[in-house]
Amino acid sequence: MSAHAKPVSRYTTAARINHWITAVSLILLALSGMALFHPSLYFLTYLFGGGQITRAIHPWIGVVLAVSFLGLFLRFFTLNLWNRDDTVWMKNLGAVINDKEEGLPEVGKYNAGQKLVFWGQSILILLLLGSGFVLWDTYFASYTTIDQKRLSAVIHALCAIGAILIWIVHVYAAIWVKGTLSAMTRGSVSGGWAWKHHRKWFRQEVGKS
Amino acid sequence: MSVMQALDLRRRSASSVPPPAAGKPAAVPVAKLIDVSKCIGCKACQTACLEWNQLDQPIGFTDGTYNNPTDLTTASWTVMRYTEYEHGDDLEWLIRKDGCMHCDDPGCLKACPAPGAIVQYTNGIVDFISDNCIGCGYCVKGCPFNIPRISQVTSKAYKCTLCSDRVVVGQAPACAKACPTQAIYFGTKEDMIAHAGKRITDLKSRGYQNAGLYNPPGVNGTHVMYVLQHADKPSLYAGLPDNPHISPLVGIWKGVMKPLSLAAIAFAGAFGLMHYVTRGPNRVTEHDEEKAAELAGSDKA
Ligand code: HEM
Ligand code: SF4
Ligand code: SF4
Ligand code: SF4
Repeated sequence: MSAHAKPVSRYTTAARINHWITAVSLILLALSGMALFHPSLYFLTYLFGGGQITRAIHPWIGVVLAVSFLGLFLRFFTLNLWNRDDTVWMKNLGAVINDKEEGLPEVGKYNAGQKLVFWGQSILILLLLGSGFVLWDTYFASYTTIDQKRLSAVIHALCAIGAILIWIVHVYAAIWVKGTLSAMTRGSVSGGWAWKHHRKWFRQEVGKS
Repeated sequence: MSVMQALDLRRRSASSVPPPAAGKPAAVPVAKLIDVSKCIGCKACQTACLEWNQLDQPIGFTDGTYNNPTDLTTASWTVMRYTEYEHGDDLEWLIRKDGCMHCDDPGCLKACPAPGAIVQYTNGIVDFISDNCIGCGYCVKGCPFNIPRISQVTSKAYKCTLCSDRVVVGQAPACAKACPTQAIYFGTKEDMIAHAGKRITDLKSRGYQNAGLYNPPGVNGTHVMYVLQHADKPSLYAGLPDNPHISPLVGIWKGVMKPLSLAAIAFAGAFGLMHYVTRGPNRVTEHDEEKAAELAGSDKA
């Protein structure tokens, strides 16, 4: 076997814990929310111990998600600012999903797709939080009119579907691109992975040491 | 509840209901008719409702008007609403008995996510089944009349039952029984419309040119109807909606959005699976590892 570079550190332990709290709460929110969204999914309420409990805890999990996501946002937003290379990358999305990223501009810590996931979820979670409070009748029923609640229900459901779709893309990308998951399980990735997918970031990391 | 077995269902929230057995005689739609022109505002009906349903309305505060309590509550399923209507030199006291209208097309039921928490019997009565209610408040958003109230204590929704437990044994609602002026009638919807016709003719002969029946078509008619002196302006009566209908927002939310959303999620999942099957995983090659080692130095040491 030929020589391998040593694993490249990608996430601190704190960042990974932050990520997993976000991940778990997002999944629980999607399950408890979808249970109330479509009658054919009402059975999902059994996972939480019944309809009453599902209704009661969903918004609280939402608060956990919002706080946790804010943590991720503050950690990573500077690394997710858009640049010209990202536009080129997006224009060649067809090549990317066919595993032909050679010849595209070298990618920093995040590629354009990851940045879109980041900003998409940032906006959607903000909207979910806002509309979620309007729907949270247990404590906030008297603060809004019924028409505002109706509008919020539509916004909340739309944003939830949007967030779930982005989540599917995000998780699929991690499954498709082999070697990605270790970034979140162990905090590091192989040198080859860094070279192939995030070469500009890899060069910076090597330059540091 | 025994009522559940005795009354056939026409609709059930978040579920489908099998069509009635062939040959079974169809239930006759019923209705309560409230003749606002005969109401003297005595609140006997309000009291009878508390009494029959064993409700406990805590003593609150009066706002200086006769409206007391000032709004429907989880215990007060009906309240009298008093309006002073001045026109020209005339002052009219319009007194409307507010409460669930038992819409033939019930927005509350259509919005409810919990299977069987709201039902509509074949006679038209819309009933909340507390055992199945999860307290989400979606019925409040679905209702065009602002009727359901959610209890902070039990986290369940409450409203007038049209005394379904009395109707099932052939009794008129408690409020209708208690009314001293017989301003509240109960019977088949057909009879109630016919009776309203007579009352309206009488009112017109006494100068109420715009007297009429409130049975709004926007919700496919209601099983609680009013005779109004000024049927051209229902909103005079403490904001009774002129043309109630289920909000289009609720229509979108509970209509197209549901199948489209599930389809979008299924499509995303299927697309991922197809992509994986046709493209195969995206793997780091030995060449990439060599290039990485060239750049970073190898890990052999
Ligand atoms: C961020 C804070 C959030 C808050 C405060 C919140 C709050 C709420 C509330 C109050 C409801 C009404 C039912 C109930 O009382 O439990 C609801 C419904 C729902 N939520 Fe959330 N939520 C949040 C985030 C999310 C997220 C991230 C998702 C999905 C990924 C989501 C998906 C849903 C869905 C699908 C429904 C049902 C909507 C419908 O019936 O049309 N929520 N949410
Ligand atoms: S509060 Fe109860 S009755 Fe109203 S929509 Fe929710 S589950 Fe249905
Ligand atoms: S008035 Fe409101 S609560 Fe009553 S049946 Fe109509 S939609 Fe339901
Ligand atoms: S019909 Fe029955 S539940 Fe409804 S207001 Fe009259 S007494 Fe109360």
